[in-house]
Amino acid sequence: MMQDNMQPMQEMDVAISSRVRLARNLKAYPFSTRMTRAQGAEILEKVKKAVFSDNDPGFSGGYTYYDMNVMKPLDRQLLVEKHLISPEFAEGQAERAAIISRDERVSILVNEEDHLRIQCIYPGMQFTEAWKRCDELDTRLDAKLGFAFDKINGYLTCCPTNVGTGIRASVMLHLPALAMTGYIKSILETCSKIGVAVRGAYGENSEASGNMFQISNQVTLGQTEDEIIAGISNITSQISNQERMLRNELYKQNPQRFEDRIFRSLGVLQNARIMSSEESQKLLSDVRLGVIMGLIQHIDLKKINDLMLMIQPAYLQKLAGAELRPEERDQRRAELLRKNLNPGSVF
Amino acid sequence: MREANVHYTQIINGNKVEMYLCSQCAEEKGKFTFSPQLTLGSLLWGFGLGGGDDYPGIGQQPVLRCSVCGMSFDDFRRLGKLGCPNCYSVFRDNLEPILRRLHGGIEHTGKVPGNLADEIKTSNEIERLKAELAAAIENEQYEKAAELRDRIRELENSGKNGGAR
Repeated sequence: MMQDNMQPMQEMDVAISSRVRLARNLKAYPFSTRMTRAQGAEILEKVKKAVFSDNDPGFSGGYTYYDMNVMKPLDRQLLVEKHLISPEFAEGQAERAAIISRDERVSILVNEEDHLRIQCIYPGMQFTEAWKRCDELDTRLDAKLGFAFDKINGYLTCCPTNVGTGIRASVMLHLPALAMTGYIKSILETCSKIGVAVRGAYGENSEASGNMFQISNQVTLGQTEDEIIAGISNITSQISNQERMLRNELYKQNPQRFEDRIFRSLGVLQNARIMSSEESQKLLSDVRLGVIMGLIQHIDLKKINDLMLMIQPAYLQKLAGAELRPEERDQRRAELLRKNLNPGSVF
Repeated sequence: MREANVHYTQIINGNKVEMYLCSQCAEEKGKFTFSPQLTLGSLLWGFGLGGGDDYPGIGQQPVLRCSVCGMSFDDFRRLGKLGCPNCYSVFRDNLEPILRRLHGGIEHTGKVPGNLADEIKTSNEIERLKAELAAAIENEQYEKAAELRDRIRELENSGKNGGAR
């Protein structure tokens, strides 16, 4: 397991993770819209060979192959919760596989909307690292597979919204103060005007749970990858600064009220016997804010970030080693939170 | 008549759609708007894009169809997705306004696959020299123009510029 460094420069107080993904297609095959299952299987074999059978030191030993047709729904859901595959990818039938690096920072999705989606996800604000790793993988895979590229339109994708660079740079931000005060609405409006999408935690059509918002570029053509990433980084740091200022302002205005909210949420998490996913996300958002503001001292940020992952349904069932009914999950979740958030608890 | 008491806003691909509806209609609208029938293609069509007025309609002119995968431009409009890499060449003119609307431009300026990098560099250099040549002729700098012409020929004959534009 990779140790996540929480240096201030990674802006972990606001940024949860940064992700870069590239959409690529093999030039010798039709897109997913016109592809037969046999062609899908051929692509799968080619990608598998490119990663695993060519003794390529770039991939050696570090990747695992997950066949979506063979995997149980619970295991697929776990990959969704870890943001390694998209919810749509987990649901589809067809010839699909995810190739995931051991450190779980890289996932290559085969036969999603595009033949390949190469994704790198890093904690905090680390776009440069994520892009560098994606870029290297892309070059390596292109040499073996031959990606569809047009001199005018760039990398060709199934949907014209991704054509050109095929890049989507997205960052997950924790914005409790902006959400609490309603200022988030004007930010969302401004973002939409400048070609930046703001969505809930799990991408398209998902709701913002626990005050988590995903910010990503919409334009993929006419700008270089570096320009796109710089644009998103710039917007992110502006939003982050506003969030920080607002957190301090809210505290200054009424410290008792602010602290009351934080500690009330902590108190519920420390004592509740039944805890839904939604409620725990809301309360953990408050506690995370309290930890960052230095109001809660006995819990560190890593624990909160880990808990946010672990309280999700599939993760919880994996931890339990069994399938659980929703009521059982709510009890287990409450237990997990009590154990981890009370002083002296060992994680 | 019911009062329009719901302000309905939806943002799709950066385009804001605003409506004032009564709550009953808003509910209906909500159901309709999020149905999967609403594709990128149909949305762009709604914005007067996806071919415009001069788009060859069915029954008027031959249907534009990709010879590799068989997808027609009409299929694309319905689906919002293309069929194969060749579709981009076949539908280039029709796609152009759509790409402009989505991205603001149509020309890729980012990463280029390793094997094409030299070729594209050469082709860009030729373009640059051609512009310089035109300027030289305009300014009656014939000696310089002759040098530029030779340099362009040299690059064109290097065989690296393939079909580059």
